[in-house]
Amino acid sequence: MNDVLDVTLRLLVVFVVFLTFPLIIGQTEHKVMAHMQGRLGPMYAGGFHGWAQLVADGVKFAQKEDVVPAGADRRIFQLAPAVALLPYLLVLLAIPIGPGEGAVGEVVDAGVFFVLAVMGVGVLGSLMAGWASANKFSLLGGLRTAAQLLAYELPMLLAAASVAMAAGTVSLPGILDAFEWWWLPWQIVGAIVFFVAGLAELQRPPFDMPVADSEIIFGAYTEYTGLRFALFLLAEYAGIVVLCGLTTVLFLGGWHGPWGADGLGWVWTLLKTAILAFVVIWLRVTYPRLREDQLQKLSWTLLVPLSLAQIALTGVVKVVIQ
Amino acid sequence: MTLSTAMATAAHTMTSTAHTTTAAADTPGFLSPTGVEIAFLLVGLVTFGAAIVTVTTRQLVHAALWLVATLGGLAVEYLLLTAEFIAWVQVLIYVGSVVVLLLFGLMLTKAPIGRSPDADSGNRWAALTVAVASAAALIWVVVDAFRTTWIDLDGAAAGSTEVTGKALFQNWVLPFEALSVLLLAALVGAIVLSRKAKADAAATSASRPGGRSEKEGAR
Repeated sequence: MNDVLDVTLRLLVVFVVFLTFPLIIGQTEHKVMAHMQGRLGPMYAGGFHGWAQLVADGVKFAQKEDVVPAGADRRIFQLAPAVALLPYLLVLLAIPIGPGEGAVGEVVDAGVFFVLAVMGVGVLGSLMAGWASANKFSLLGGLRTAAQLLAYELPMLLAAASVAMAAGTVSLPGILDAFEWWWLPWQIVGAIVFFVAGLAELQRPPFDMPVADSEIIFGAYTEYTGLRFALFLLAEYAGIVVLCGLTTVLFLGGWHGPWGADGLGWVWTLLKTAILAFVVIWLRVTYPRLREDQLQKLSWTLLVPLSLAQIALTGVVKVVIQ
Repeated sequence: MTLSTAMATAAHTMTSTAHTTTAAADTPGFLSPTGVEIAFLLVGLVTFGAAIVTVTTRQLVHAALWLVATLGGLAVEYLLLTAEFIAWVQVLIYVGSVVVLLLFGLMLTKAPIGRSPDADSGNRWAALTVAVASAAALIWVVVDAFRTTWIDLDGAAAGSTEVTGKALFQNWVLPFEALSVLLLAALVGAIVLSRKAKADAAATSASRPGGRSEKEGAR
């Protein structure tokens, strides 16, 4: 009975995190973007600095009519948002937030492979939406999504493999247990490659041609309305949470901090994740969108060689210190 | 063909997990299946059904998506056999990359929504014969080889990353390296072929829209 209660509690906590953190990041994005552009952002909903703006947005989305285009492939069109959203929930289960077995939803033996595999599945949702909408903008968006994923999965995997080599394990809590502070400069190239590739996989600016609203009208999501569109947006922000959490765990030492790692480890994890999420928003405000060919060039001529160099460096250092 | 590859991968798992199992003296019977065995059987039926639909449906993209279900079902089977590492690699490579590549190709060729009347092959009987023959051969070999081998599901995981890695790099290094050389050859071959096709296209018709460099020039 105790076990059942334990599992239920863990699942519940992960689910609550899954529902609230993306909204917090979304609200932060509203406000941070506004202030960086000399605006105030949402100020009315909820009273204090528009804190309830996303709640109001959610209520609005839920009230809208759910339209399926006449020419669309109905079942796949309706299934796509779920396929896009659910993988991120599964990934959150495996991200450790503090030291010990109590601070992770579920200990996965091959954690690195699990999170990367499941994150890759989420992209299928965008592809399904792009094809099933029977809309040329959606199809273009789907094509760009697929091209982008194929270009960025390799450097992401190689960067993660470098950390796994350094730690000698592919389990996420295991990697954190093996972490030392000097891994930070040692793995910094891998960290940057991982983060940039992750941004591209999430289709966040400056890598957002698949959803480029000014050219192809939100790409694969053109035909979506109401709650299903909201689910796609939620998937994007859940993806930010997952990417920042993963970068924190793999490269920034997760719950390790200058002090208080025992009781306050989870604070360090959350703090690092929040800072990375801020960087994601910052990049969106700062950089213009890359063109499709520029993105492919960046991936194949810069990120892949860099990640391979990082793996070589990791191997050399690992052999030397043994 | 999907069927036979499915069988082949399933058989491969069994061989990889069987090394760490012990031939129990008190062999469990078929008549009192445990929960895991029932789950294995049910997932296997679903996977089998999805594989059948994959090769019989007339809707191209649906076939690709049913392939996702098939490969995902196989991953679940690996998990049930405690081969966790193989399961996640299966999802990463097949669902995450191969099917995405397939869908990319289908989108490039504008796969229509609805049935494609020409989505059929005159080779279907030959393909079926080959599939049935290879499936029969694999089942026969696997059953014959692992007749009395049972995986102890209660003990330590027989297919964890550590066990798989040790088996791969201690006993199976040579096949592993041979495979990587094969993949390298395929990679080089693909690059050579695509470069040659590009050069031919540029020679025959300069007006045909081609690679990215021309697109850049147009801008």
